[in-house]
Amino acid sequence: MTGGDAILRSLEAEGVDVMFGIPGGAIMPTYDAMARGTAVRHVLARHEQGAGHMAQGYARASGRVGVAIATSGPGATNLVTPIADAWMDSTPLVCITGQVRSTLIGTDAFQECDITGITMPIVKHSWLVQDARDLGATLKAAFHVARSGRCGPVLVDVPRDVQETAFDFSYPADVDLPGWRPPTKVHPLQIREAARAIATARKPVLYVGGGTLNGDACGELLRLAEAGSLPVVTTLMGKSAFPETHELHFGWPGMHGAKWSNLAMNSCDVLVAIGARFDDRVTGKLSAFAPGATVVHLDIDPAEISKLRDADIPVVGPLRTAVAALGDEVARHRAEHAPVPETWLAQLRAWREQYPLRYGTSEEWLKPQQVLQTLQRLTAGTDVIVTTGVGQHQMWAMQYVLSERPRSFITSGGLGTMGYGIPAAIGAKAARPEAKVVCVDGDGCFQMTAQELVTATIEELPIVVVLVNNAHLGMVTQWQDMFFDGRRSHVHLTSQVPDYARLAEAYGGVGMVVTDETELDAALGEALELDRTVVVDCRVDPAEQVFPMIPAGAAALDMLEYTDAEASVEVRAL
Amino acid sequence: MKHTLSVVVEDRPGALTRIATMFARRGFNIESLAVGPTERPGVSCITLRVDCTQHSLEQIEKQIHKLVNVLRVTELVAGEAVERELLVVRVSAAPERRAELVTTAEALGGRLLDVGPDAVVLELTGTPEELDAFHELCHPYGILDLVRTGRIGVPRASSRRRAQRRLAAIN
Repeated sequence: MTGGDAILRSLEAEGVDVMFGIPGGAIMPTYDAMARGTAVRHVLARHEQGAGHMAQGYARASGRVGVAIATSGPGATNLVTPIADAWMDSTPLVCITGQVRSTLIGTDAFQECDITGITMPIVKHSWLVQDARDLGATLKAAFHVARSGRCGPVLVDVPRDVQETAFDFSYPADVDLPGWRPPTKVHPLQIREAARAIATARKPVLYVGGGTLNGDACGELLRLAEAGSLPVVTTLMGKSAFPETHELHFGWPGMHGAKWSNLAMNSCDVLVAIGARFDDRVTGKLSAFAPGATVVHLDIDPAEISKLRDADIPVVGPLRTAVAALGDEVARHRAEHAPVPETWLAQLRAWREQYPLRYGTSEEWLKPQQVLQTLQRLTAGTDVIVTTGVGQHQMWAMQYVLSERPRSFITSGGLGTMGYGIPAAIGAKAARPEAKVVCVDGDGCFQMTAQELVTATIEELPIVVVLVNNAHLGMVTQWQDMFFDGRRSHVHLTSQVPDYARLAEAYGGVGMVVTDETELDAALGEALELDRTVVVDCRVDPAEQVFPMIPAGAAALDMLEYTDAEASVEVRAL
Repeated sequence: MKHTLSVVVEDRPGALTRIATMFARRGFNIESLAVGPTERPGVSCITLRVDCTQHSLEQIEKQIHKLVNVLRVTELVAGEAVERELLVVRVSAAPERRAELVTTAEALGGRLLDVGPDAVVLELTGTPEELDAFHELCHPYGILDLVRTGRIGVPRASSRRRAQRRLAAIN
């Protein structure tokens, strides 16, 4: 068979069921092999960035490795943003790119670019395959590296002549990577020490990040929290790792987290970081973060331990094993009468009561928070996956949509990639066709990847886009208003150009416009009911700002709150 | 504080670039770098000299260790490792001063490699400190070209403690 066939047989052997891509010159032999037949479904994106984010959405919704495929040169460079995004958010991704013929490499040939060089700082590893007989071993290694240890993206660059070479193919049973040895075990001594600190803490908090989802440790987390009656705070990336309707869930930390969550994080005596990395958007001013707390840090990646905040008790290893063992030990301590932190839990509930999320209502305008609250009400208890873009709408989605199941909230956290939401939703739908997939998007984000709505309609991967349309690059506007004396600089997009509803129809979907609170229920209800791709253009108050807010670089407890007490709505999540 | 790291890698395309990229990306600076084969076929050793805090060193070790082609990362602890470096220098030396220069150089273990009408080429292998001293010595004569290989090293055979310190947090 040819190298192109070998790539497909390798994907089949890995159990890949969907790949996302666009053909082009240097990858044509592999697409020709697809035309000969493969068990892997190919979803044709409209831009390689879309293909990459779809593969990410697929990976985050399913827990499996996402696969994106593109041609050389511009096809490959268009994958750079999704690769960087997957790197920052530890999403397992295998990107396969065509490359110019081996004999042309280095000659500035048509559509040549050194994609392994360009992506070197943002991949776990990459390969330029120089011999077709290496294809099987390389792809085997690529999948293994992407999903083992801390998940992340890898890149396999395959010159066109390698794809054309005919040879006898067999897929290897084992990987041969002597230098790749991610942790597989957890040190029992560290677990015992961590459990003692947690069980005897007066004010413990579990600070849960995206690693918990990647490490498939959500069930173990629930058991640990319940066994120890331990309050849980989930980061943006950790959202959905713990049911947010659970009485032990206490919100989200950081820049736009709830005040009660930041109070919990910064007043605790034992802070248990589980697959979280002390990101600046979570800690605010690092030196003022959780002062005096004993830090227990569980992570698969030893390089995260003491990177930003020194860990008093490090636990390195697979989180599923680690959290399960910790749950057992903490349960034993509780059975031996280590007291439940009742006073602390009561304090957290009191803070939640005292400092709810708040926003003002208006006669004139639909409020974005009302859109998210309505979405929450209409989807509560159902099998829904929410994806988002990046900006104000993302923060409101974090605050007002309550995730109940693992992998039901998919967003770009580390890189903050605007335009992530729509393609990620399509990828999630491909992974979980039985789920209702909703993309909460902003009007700025929407315009960055809107062309993928075609992919949604043509490939029959219907998604609902709830467009929080404030006619602005909202988060930048908020910063200009708060920190740049209100000097608005190039942030106005206009609410009616493009006409989002008609654009949705042009792309083969359904468009709706909502301008008033009274229309919300009916429109969102119908959108969720239809088994089609729908864009609900919600025209919201352009003056609305996201609160609370910890200004960049400020201490977490110096947060700014919504102050207008008149005519305000209070929300306490639970 | 300065540290010497010995990084044993699979001899694969890009192995060195990946390490150099990691340093650049994380804002660490490489002071010297030497690369060469080891006793094992297909395995190379990269010796890096870095000036950083202990905290940064731990980050560097852990980040390097995550690279797929890296087999082992160890710090060559000062005093517990033998470290050497090679210096080759072209010094301007008129015939009347040549004998004095060559004699002094040879007294320090240097060797004369080439002689021209108004310059000589000398080499010296030694500890980086010895090379620094040699450099100073040549200076008054007028250095035309000077290159150093960057240091390489192995743990002392006589050391009771193991000079190669594996990082504790890496399982």
